[in-house]
Amino acid sequence: MAEGPDNRTALLEEPPVLAPGQTFDSVTDQIADAVLTRPIGLGWLAGLAVGMGFLALLGMAISYLLIRGVGIWGINIPIGWGFAIINFVWWIGIGHAGTLISAILLLLKQSWRNSINRFAEAMTLFAVACAGMFPLLHMGRPWLGYWMFPYPNSMGVWPQFRSPLVWDVFAVSTYATISAVFWFVGLVPDFATMREKAKHPYTKQIYGILALGWRGSARHWKRYEALYILLAGLATPLVLSVHTVVSFDFAVALMPGWHTTIFPPYFVAGAIYSGFAMVLVLAIPIRHYYGLENMITMRHLQNAAKVMLATGLIVAYGYFFETFIAFYSGSTYERFMMQNRWFGQYAVFYWLLILLNILIPQVLWVPKLRSNTKVLFLISTVILAGMWLERFVIIVTSLSRDFLPSSWGHYTPTRWDYATYAGTLGFFAVAIFIFIRIMPAISIFEMRMLLPEAEVKSK
Amino acid sequence: MSHAALVPAIYGLLAEFDTPTELVEASKAAHAAGYRKIDAYSPFPIEEASEAIGYRKTTVPLIVLVGGILGGLSGFGLQYWINVIAYPLNIGGKPYNSWPAFIVPTFEMTILFAGLAGVLGMFALNGLPMPYHPLFNVDRFSAATRDKFFLAVEAADPKFDMQDTHRFLESLNPLTISEVPH
Repeated sequence: MAEGPDNRTALLEEPPVLAPGQTFDSVTDQIADAVLTRPIGLGWLAGLAVGMGFLALLGMAISYLLIRGVGIWGINIPIGWGFAIINFVWWIGIGHAGTLISAILLLLKQSWRNSINRFAEAMTLFAVACAGMFPLLHMGRPWLGYWMFPYPNSMGVWPQFRSPLVWDVFAVSTYATISAVFWFVGLVPDFATMREKAKHPYTKQIYGILALGWRGSARHWKRYEALYILLAGLATPLVLSVHTVVSFDFAVALMPGWHTTIFPPYFVAGAIYSGFAMVLVLAIPIRHYYGLENMITMRHLQNAAKVMLATGLIVAYGYFFETFIAFYSGSTYERFMMQNRWFGQYAVFYWLLILLNILIPQVLWVPKLRSNTKVLFLISTVILAGMWLERFVIIVTSLSRDFLPSSWGHYTPTRWDYATYAGTLGFFAVAIFIFIRIMPAISIFEMRMLLPEAEVKSK
Repeated sequence: MSHAALVPAIYGLLAEFDTPTELVEASKAAHAAGYRKIDAYSPFPIEEASEAIGYRKTTVPLIVLVGGILGGLSGFGLQYWINVIAYPLNIGGKPYNSWPAFIVPTFEMTILFAGLAGVLGMFALNGLPMPYHPLFNVDRFSAATRDKFFLAVEAADPKFDMQDTHRFLESLNPLTISEVPH
């Protein structure tokens, strides 16, 4: 057992980042063969089929929406946002963990991230794609979505840049673009490995095109590394800005329960909270079925659990201060908003939120439970549900009870709301299933860098 | 055939090594011996390797900086032009040039331009995409993206001499030495 800095306290031995006994060869083969030579399994096909089923449901829901309009959803006046914006915020939050892992942990030199960054980035891309669908569909006439961008047009009108909704367009589209190029740049050297390893001429050609002729020159690597670290440096403030801007959609409005300055930090923490939960929901089955326990070790899962614990506490702090300020402010409307959350028509969702998002995840304090993959998986799904409820509570309770009792309302989602939401889950699942079949799910070249033999010894 | 005399018959010589340490040592030796058109190839980035072949500074950060500045200026300029000149609207009595409200899109455009300029710049400086390269003619070179380390001395180097350079590379104890045809 290792000793602490004072030579007296014993430190708990941490599981290794990479199981011992690996070589450049074994790392390369293990990751690449999962794509190139592993036969298509029944489990994968079954999973894809279920995902496809929900994807078909999404197609149906969107088609009907295009025919009939947003009236098929449960939204009304005053609750004009409903599921569409709840799901938008939920999905975009999930994406944030991918950028945190790939960019922020890279800057902090947390090399354990090397085995989970690739699929976490993929998760980010697919989650942002799911998120992007909702505001687009919510507009009612999605085919006019390009009106949100400033471009010279015959109508002679331009966007209004004082509105957070326009900021959101810029933030989310920049986020999607930068995440995509960051992901692709990371994949190029691995595509070169796949090109050399592939046996089938077509496979070789496809990976060859994607690899852009990468040959691992020292000059190329130097520029590559310089860019990679700069992209990480750019993505870090970007990811913080995205959920901040999403929270501005609420905080800049005057609605009680929305108009608070604590929203940006607590939205960002909540995003990372739910994002890490999704990382675990994906990583635990993938490492199990693909036999990657030697690369995605217990260390990764435990670190993710600790991040969830920390961000969960920030979220709890946010809830606490929301409550405190509601009463401390002396504003009748703020106080009423809080009492309405506790005892109003949606009170059961508020208390469920506290249970799922704050109370249950506290079991992660126990090291024994933290190192049990089944418990971690379960807690992660609980957190994902909790974070979804958080957005429901914020949007629906506030909108249903605003300043004037004459304009109060009630929101009941319809089957089309549920179908669209379940459909995006299907889209996400299908994208992940296809991704792990056609691309190296773990960054091969960054795994090589974790090996002791990768070190240059000075003579 | 005067044309054939101008173009060297081969691209260069390629020496294969087993460890990153050997590659860095060999690259240093080649640079010290006066070879300048040399390059090291490895399956992952090795900081010491680019230093050993005498490549220290890259212009990628400058490209990112210029991209970011252009992005920020065009982001703010776009909003100023739209909301002050082209399509002024009175929103809640705020000034036409409500610069604090313009910060978010300005920031996003800065990041977008900096990131895209960096990625395009990095690939352009690397000369990628490049579907064909003489090195791919060497069968052993497929290990350069896997587990082996290579040092190439190009025939275009003024100091290159088929026999001398071959002898020099042999003195570095490589696993193999290959001639790289065009």
